[in-house]
Amino acid sequence: MHPVLVTIVKRLLLGVVTLFVVSAIIFSSISLLPGDFGEAVLGQAATEDTVAAFRKELGLDKPAPARYLDWVKSVAKGDLGTSFSGRSASGQDRSRSVAEMIAPRLKNTLFLASVTALIAVPLALFLGLTAALYRNSWYDRSVNVTTLTTISMPEFFVAYVLILIFASLWKVFPSLATVDIDMAMGERLNRIALPAITLTLVIVAHMMRMTRAAIINLLASPYIEMARLKGASRSEVILKHALPNAWAPIATVIAFNLAYLVVGVVVVEVVFVYPGIGQLMVDSVSSRDIPVVQACALIFAGTYILLNLIADVIGIVTNPRLLHPR
Amino acid sequence: MNDKDQPLLQMTDIHIEGYSDERWHPIIKGVDLELRRGQVLGIIGESGAGKSTLGLAAMGFARSGCRFTQGQVVFDGTDLLTLKESQRRKLWGTRIAYVAQSAAAAFNPAHRLIDQTIESATRSQLRPEGESRQDAIELYESLHLPDPANIGERYPHQVSGGQLQRVMTAMAMSSRPDLIIFDEPTTALDVTTQVEVLAAMREIVDQYHTAAIYITHDLSVVAQMADEIKVLRYGEEVEQAETRSMLSAPKEEYTKSLWSVRSLEKPESRSDDIVLALKNIDAAYGKTQVLHGINIELPRGKTVAVVGESGSGKSTAARVVTGLLPQSQGTVMFNGEVLPPSLKDRSPDQLRRIQMIYQMADTAMNPRQTVENIIARPLEFFHNMKGREKEQRLLELLAMIELDESFLDRLPAELSGGQKQRICIARALAAEPDVIICDEVTSALDQIVQEGILKLLLRLQEEFGISYLFITHDIATVKAISDEIVVMYQGKVVEQGLKSQILTPPHPEYTELLLSSVPEMDPDWLTGLLEARDGRAGL
Repeated sequence: MHPVLVTIVKRLLLGVVTLFVVSAIIFSSISLLPGDFGEAVLGQAATEDTVAAFRKELGLDKPAPARYLDWVKSVAKGDLGTSFSGRSASGQDRSRSVAEMIAPRLKNTLFLASVTALIAVPLALFLGLTAALYRNSWYDRSVNVTTLTTISMPEFFVAYVLILIFASLWKVFPSLATVDIDMAMGERLNRIALPAITLTLVIVAHMMRMTRAAIINLLASPYIEMARLKGASRSEVILKHALPNAWAPIATVIAFNLAYLVVGVVVVEVVFVYPGIGQLMVDSVSSRDIPVVQACALIFAGTYILLNLIADVIGIVTNPRLLHPR
Repeated sequence: MNDKDQPLLQMTDIHIEGYSDERWHPIIKGVDLELRRGQVLGIIGESGAGKSTLGLAAMGFARSGCRFTQGQVVFDGTDLLTLKESQRRKLWGTRIAYVAQSAAAAFNPAHRLIDQTIESATRSQLRPEGESRQDAIELYESLHLPDPANIGERYPHQVSGGQLQRVMTAMAMSSRPDLIIFDEPTTALDVTTQVEVLAAMREIVDQYHTAAIYITHDLSVVAQMADEIKVLRYGEEVEQAETRSMLSAPKEEYTKSLWSVRSLEKPESRSDDIVLALKNIDAAYGKTQVLHGINIELPRGKTVAVVGESGSGKSTAARVVTGLLPQSQGTVMFNGEVLPPSLKDRSPDQLRRIQMIYQMADTAMNPRQTVENIIARPLEFFHNMKGREKEQRLLELLAMIELDESFLDRLPAELSGGQKQRICIARALAAEPDVIICDEVTSALDQIVQEGILKLLLRLQEEFGISYLFITHDIATVKAISDEIVVMYQGKVVEQGLKSQILTPPHPEYTELLLSSVPEMDPDWLTGLLEARDGRAGL
């Protein structure tokens, strides 16, 4: 087997191990959450017997290690469990499966993340490369200042400024980003325009600066001087001689920002009332809906691990030393 | 194109400045240079003399942080300095080509060799790409590269340093330039490899009647390559003359001092009092075995030079002695006792008695510590010295390395290469060792500075009876400093003996190859050597 494939398989296995470790951490930290679902649903007035019966029904009376094993087993089978909400003291059970609750929210989150990524990644690469090409020029400086400004402002502030400008002053885009599955693609894109722009402004600076730095870092290499002395133009030097050696750090920072788009956008979701997975998780935490919280956390962890794995693989396949060993 | 009398390159009154410490310093101060078609001019000088800057200036190129302030670079009738950069670029790689010092660093790790070889020819649309590829393969062949048809498909990290340097020569030759700048092209190579590369470069320059500027700090190398030699110092020309007359009758004092450096020679003496002995040592990095049953003996108060090309296991042997790399087989005897293989099992006294000096004095010192801290550390650690006593000893040590107390407050960055190496020597001396391992301690230094360091080491040996295990690939250094010589090849000791024995024929085959590859200050040396070796495979 090619050594690169071996490395990838190794990283995948390592990713699975990491996921296990993370699942244990998620489980134990959720156990540490103050309060109790039984009391949270039934209220302070409920008798101890009622609460105990309720806990027993949900399996909360078992010791923590046993509950953890149960959870891991069912997750491994693809069953994320059943939500706690929808149950009540009256014995009615209108609870839904966790998968059923998360699926539409996750789809929305991924949709917003993909649209943002499609705008932000090419934009960041373009700005980073051109800034490196014309480094220390007014162009370079203004790109740096602008992106730094947008990253320095809190997300909600950027969001409200955009709403003010593009939803109130000029009514270009809607300020509310409520979407549902039946909506046409064009309409959906229109609805999420503002959140996508907000997120783009937030993540472009990081990626753009890393691209610029990775390229400029290489420009002092002897092979770059050699390329110039072989008659390569500035843009050739950057695109053909520097960029192929800079993919690894750039891929890492892109992966980091894409992960952020999935797991870290709850503030933007709240501002635009966008039904993403971040809001679902926050709601579930406050209602002590443990299965949903656990599932969300697991999805977030998986996202990080997967994206970092992809970045690692890009780092490997763009490095001839690893791809073509001696 | 032009008539024959017209020089190909005429540089007049070149002034170049470099920016550092927030002001402009002169690097080249009014140098003239003239080159005819097909002529090879050698430029020689110590580091910092401005050789590379002048070489690049011949292309109308100034490194970033440098600028031309005066002068003309007239190449084939046009002043390059008056051209726009885009116009100059059209000449680079096509009519003027550059061969850099470290081929390993000058090749882009991301592209295949052949794509880099034909890059300039392809860009200038000299000929169709397919023809360029075919031509590159022919160039590889005439440069005696192995498997010329396929070597171009490899990436830079997949071939050896000597091969890369030849591929770079092919790259420079691909567009059939009128002028090639060779900037210390063989400095990073082993002597045995250097011979092959020199021969290949000379042959191809002859074949295409290409003019060349050959920059080096090694006189004996430039003697093989150049028709004329220009000596450069502090950015100014010292003198220029035809190679033979320059070698036989240099006019200027400075040139004479450059020439005389290699005359240092120490009379050998033998001793049977063995301070350090490696017995049947095997050592490995992971699964790769590097040393195969080597035996080396170091007599007390003597110098044993370990010679061999890179990868022969010289430095690995040093790591075994210091305990950094515990051996897998065999024993190291020190003062008649078995030395524990691993550093952490050795007593402080054993550690104190074996010290090491490294090739790169730069990286062997903590850049944030002053000279005082650097030298005082072993005094405190091994001898528990404090206060007045320590200060006294510090001054003594500085005096030993011929520096004064004003150096105590300096940081390594404020020292010259030779001074840094002296500080490293003082640090080793501070421990009052029996044995000092010197790992290529002079290879990064200029010849004149080298001589100073070697003299210092010899004097210290006389005064304190220190034994040196002196690792080097430079035969001139070996002649200068050693009593005995160990020749290593592929992790084995080829032979050990007194200097006179090893250097006098008959030699084992490898020693012969190694010794005969050391360039001599004779313009006919390479020609003679190639004729002598003619008919043998591999050259």
